[in-house]
Parts: sequence; structure tokens; C-alpha cells
Amino acid sequence: MYDFSKMTGAIHEWLSSLMPSLLVTTIEWILIGVVFLALFAILGLVLVIVERKIAGFFQFRLGPNRVGPFGMFQTVADTVKLLLKELVSTNKVDKFLYNVAPFFVIIAPLMIMAVIPYGLGLTAYDINVGLFFVMAVSSIGVVGILLAGWASNNKYSLIGAMRSGAIIISYELSMGLSALLAIVLLVGSLNLNDIVMSQQAGWWIFRGHIPAIIAFVIYIITGTAETNRVPFDLTEAESELGAGYHAEYSGIKFAFFFLSEFVNMFIVAALAVTLFLGGWLPIHIPGWEGFNNIMDYIPSPIWFFLKTSVVIFLLMWFRWTFPRLRIDQILTLEWKYLLPISLVNLVLMAFVVMMGWVF
Amino acid sequence: MTTTDVNQELKTQEYLINMGPQHPAAHGVLRLILTIDGEIIRKVDPDLGYIHRSIEKMCERDTYKQIVHLTDRLDYLSSHINNEAVCLAVENALEIEVPERVKYIRTIMAELTRLASHQLWWGVMGMDIGALTAFMYAFRDREMINDIMEETVGARLTMNYSVPGGVMFDIHPDFQRKVKEFIKHFRKALPEYNTLLSENIIFKKRLKGIGYISKEDAVAYGVSGPSARGSGVSCDVRKIHPYSAYDKVEFNEVLIEGGDSYDRYMVRMKEMEESMNIIDQLIDNIPEGDYQVKTSALIKLPKGEFYQKVETARGELGVFIVSDGKKSPYRLKFRSPGFSNLSILDKISRGHKIADLVAIMSSLDFVIPDIDR
Repeated sequence: MYDFSKMTGAIHEWLSSLMPSLLVTTIEWILIGVVFLALFAILGLVLVIVERKIAGFFQFRLGPNRVGPFGMFQTVADTVKLLLKELVSTNKVDKFLYNVAPFFVIIAPLMIMAVIPYGLGLTAYDINVGLFFVMAVSSIGVVGILLAGWASNNKYSLIGAMRSGAIIISYELSMGLSALLAIVLLVGSLNLNDIVMSQQAGWWIFRGHIPAIIAFVIYIITGTAETNRVPFDLTEAESELGAGYHAEYSGIKFAFFFLSEFVNMFIVAALAVTLFLGGWLPIHIPGWEGFNNIMDYIPSPIWFFLKTSVVIFLLMWFRWTFPRLRIDQILTLEWKYLLPISLVNLVLMAFVVMMGWVF
Repeated sequence: MTTTDVNQELKTQEYLINMGPQHPAAHGVLRLILTIDGEIIRKVDPDLGYIHRSIEKMCERDTYKQIVHLTDRLDYLSSHINNEAVCLAVENALEIEVPERVKYIRTIMAELTRLASHQLWWGVMGMDIGALTAFMYAFRDREMINDIMEETVGARLTMNYSVPGGVMFDIHPDFQRKVKEFIKHFRKALPEYNTLLSENIIFKKRLKGIGYISKEDAVAYGVSGPSARGSGVSCDVRKIHPYSAYDKVEFNEVLIEGGDSYDRYMVRMKEMEESMNIIDQLIDNIPEGDYQVKTSALIKLPKGEFYQKVETARGELGVFIVSDGKKSPYRLKFRSPGFSNLSILDKISRGHKIADLVAIMSSLDFVIPDIDR
């Protein structure tokens, strides 16, 4: 496996030989920022077109196929359209909050993207409390949604925003308790790179016994809820609230909300891969040495994005199959079922770890 | 504020919210003024008139043959059945006996229309609950009916096929083959519908126990059609007052006693099967003969009052003609199923949530131009 820290180290040394260290740090910050903004935009564009194509696949239709080969540039065209559109807002909006809300929504996924290990030595900000950081920062997004709903001065938006607050606050509990803490118990570290490296003998979803599988299922459910996608898309709820919290936004401000939903989906999938499916580690089958060696030649980011896209497909599958839940049903599901199950699961996992029953 | 206020019960303020006239769940221009407490509905006040075209008044101006064209625009999803209602009323008034062939064709067409309407309703129901794929499933199958209609009638939605005295043209030579193909296809597709929505646990949870109509309420509010049959009220006009060829076919009136949204949903799902059974019995036995009785170009009805009711996809459509012996009616009144069904909306949706209101509305299957003539 190629260690990307060699490459980044080389860039760092080359820059250091040219200029003082303060300037080097500044330039590196800017570089990383540009890379992540580009990744954000590309992920948004790609995921939107993929989602539409998959929707077409589920619904006996072709999906977009006019702009570019197989309609691949459809989202690019849409983005250009959104960029050029006039920013319309109603009269009595709370101007400051209204304008600041979209940034909250995109800052959260951008910050989380910094700690995700994309490959061997390919983490922008490798901190020892990575998972904790993710949980903490992901809650910022809901502030943006609440602000958007409140500042829009629209009752539909407000209902959508309030629903979002209720959902995200409650679902974060079982996400953190069950899914993430269970793996932390197994690994003994909050660092995402450590979590990946600990899975070299096998992925946690297989090695962690039944508690890990339960944790994975709960994580996928809560992850879908966190990203406000069907069956938990009450915040937008097209048929009930029109567009929910972003009803009053237009042009690029709307695009921020729209893209952040897709990037959030990527982050949920990326975390699922990192925690349960071995992160950027290649698929290894014990005993098949030749096969394993060939798999090692495939670069680690490719493995990471491949596994992530499988989980993303799963999330999209949910979206195009399930009906939408009602707000009280969603909260019932969380507080009466998922949270107790998570707590019991956590105890089970602790027991498994204590007895050393991990494969 | 002191800490003693904590014990005081928290007061919430009710607020008004306009659902419509432009709202995705209304599927038309229906305005509901909702009084809401948080998410819970306290009162629903339907405000009509956004798509009023004064069709009844226009009928007083037009000749009887022209009136048929207007009825397409009432409930555009059961346009053929609406046409048939006016034609039957005129034929009864003139005491014309239409050929058997016409009766068979009209019945088949009416059942195809009912199937198409229920398919669209099913898709829209899925969409309202949040399952977007259902809509496309429904449209895939509905397209086949539309193609059949286009071939024989020339139009896909507003068909205008019936005329007083018969139907406008004879059926297309391919008609029987295509209908049989469609029935064969749809018998396979209907179980798919059930796996996608009816059996889905989320879907069931969203509909069961929501929008309960008791048998007494259904009768008192004049709810008709599948919505009433979901509460166990036997009101199928096809069964009680058979018209066209309905007395020659055997079919069950689908009755479910429950009364909630899921029961109304299941009534329609089962009605689709019954419609296919009716078509099966008729399609091979269309008798030979004329497709039209010659009527004079300007029909004049005798003096008097005439009433005809038919079963559309939404319920009982009544046509009441008061004639003073001239070429156009003195007064023509449509008893549309949608208007009566809407009247119960306030009663059954109080205490439910906004999301439930959307589910209830689609379980009552509103077509707004039918409510607002």
C-alpha cells in the first residue's frame, strides 16, 4: 500500500526549504481548504447525478440523459443555473440569520471531512478524539436548519425546522451511544486512523459478534435520520410542507442546503465504512495469499470510495423504496426502540470485550 | 417570572396556516385554512372556488349533445363515466333503447376508466405518504390504458366517447386484443403494488387508525363510493341501480367495515381486481350491432325532471335535469362525489397531525375540479 504521508511530507519539506515556517503553514492551510472545497463540490455534483440515475433505475425510466454523455453534466448545468439565479427573499425575513444559515449547514460537513481517513496517511487533521469531534461538529448543521426555518418567517419552514431539531437531537443519542461507542469499546481509541488500522485482521462488522451487527444497523438507521432523507425526510416533506425549512431560499443559498444534504450522506457512509467496514483497507480473504496481494496493489483511496459508494447506494435504495414516517412515529422509534436497544447493545459489547470474545 | 410558574400548565397558541391554493398535497387548487396547535390540527376549513368554471350554468346555454363535452372537465379522471351519466339521463328522458353493443362498450370503457383513475390515485397516495417510486409504477400501467383509449377514442384523458344514443365511433379492431393484454399485464402488476405499499410496515402505520369515518357519519355526510364502502356502507350504484351492462356481469361490491384510511385504501385496491373481473366477463362477448342510435341533431327533452346516477371512481355522480322542453336544460345539477366527501374532512382530521391530513386527503381521493364545478 502506498503511504500518502510520504507525498504530503515531501510537499511540506519542499515548501519549508523555500520559505519560513509561518508562511508554509498558511499555504498548507489554504491548499487543504481548496482541496476540501473542491471535494465538497465534486461530491455534491456526482452524488446528485448518481441519485437521479439510481432513481431512474428504480422507477423504470432513464433519468437525466440530455446534457453530456449519459446526462453526466446535468448537475453541472443545474449548478450554473443556480449560481446565476437571483437571490429572492421575502420582505420580513430576519436578514442576518437568513443569510448566515446556509453557511452553518455547509460548515458542518466540511469540518467533518477534515478528520475522515481517505487512505493510508491521507487525513487532513489526524486528532486523537476524531470520533468525538465528528459527533460534536455534526450537530452544528442542525443549528443552520433551525436558523433557516426561524429566519424565513414562514410557518411551513418553521414546522420543518422544528421537526428537524427534534429528530436530530434525539437520533444523535443512539448514534453516539450505540454505533460509535460500541466500536470505541472494541478499539480502545477515538482516533479514526487507529480504528481503521485495528481492522487489519478483519472488519468489525464481522469480528464484533452480534453487538457489532446491531450497532451497524442502528447506525445506518440513525445516519439516514441525521441526513434528513426518506424515510426521515420530514424536514422537507414535499407533500406536507412544500419544501420545509428551505422554502424561502433561492439560487445558490438553496444550493448550499441541497448540496450539504448529499455531502452529509457521504459523511454518514464514510463513517460507516471507517467504523464497520474496514475503512480504506483492501478486502482480504484469509488463506488466499495471491488474491490478497493483488488487492493490496489497489490504492487505498479507491477502496475507501468504493466501499463508501456501496453504503451510499444502500441509503439511496431506502429513499426510493420507503414511505415517510410521521413525526411522532419517528420519535417513538428512537426513544422507545432504538435508544433502549442501543443501551443494551452497549452493555453487551462491553461484556464481549471484557470476555475477549472478539474474533 | 418566578420559579413558581413552572407548575402552571404551559399554554400554547393556536395559529392559522393556509394549505393551498397551491400545495403539492391538494393536487389542484384546493385551499384549506387549518387551525393548528403545534402540529395538531384543530380545525380544517375548506375554501372552494379557485377552479370554479360555472359548468352548471354553461349547461343551461348548451344543447344536450354539447353538455356531454363539458362533463369531461368535472372529474377528469373518470371522464368517460361522467359522459355516460349525461347520456343515460338524456336517453332515459327520450326513452331511447340503446343497442346491446353500446352497453357493453360503455361498461368496458367505464371500468377501464375506473382502473386508470385508481392507478393514478394509488401512485399519488404513495407520493403523498413519501414513497415516490409508487407514482412511476402507477404511470407505467396507466399508460397502457391511455394508449387503448387513444386508439379507439382519439383522446387519452378527456375522452368524450359517449353521445346520446350510443358511442361516437365503433371500437378499434385491436381494442379487444389490447385490453386483454393489459388485463394480463395488470394481474401481474397489482401484486407488485401490494408488495411496494400495502404490505409496507411504515405505510400501514401511517394509515391505520387515521381518519376514522363511522358508518353513521358516512351516511349522514353523504360520503359515497370507495370512501363510504371502507366504512361498510353499501352504496355501489352499479349494484343497487344497475345501468348499462352491469346487470349482466357478476361482481362483488367490496365492503370493508373498518372505516379508517387503510380500509379505504384496501377497498380501492380490491376494486381494481373487481374491475378486471368485469372486463374479463365482457370483453369476449361484445355483441354485434350498431354502435349508435340515430338521434336528431338538436335533441329536445320533454318537459319534466330527470335524474340519473352512476358510480364514478370517486363515488356517486348524479345528473339532475330540469327540462322545459327546449333544446337546452332549464337547470342542470351535478351531484358530485368529491364535494360530499370533502364535507367530512374537517370532522375526521381533527386531532390528527399535518402529515395525517395529507394521508386522509389522499385516502378520500379528491379531484378538485370535481369538487368545484
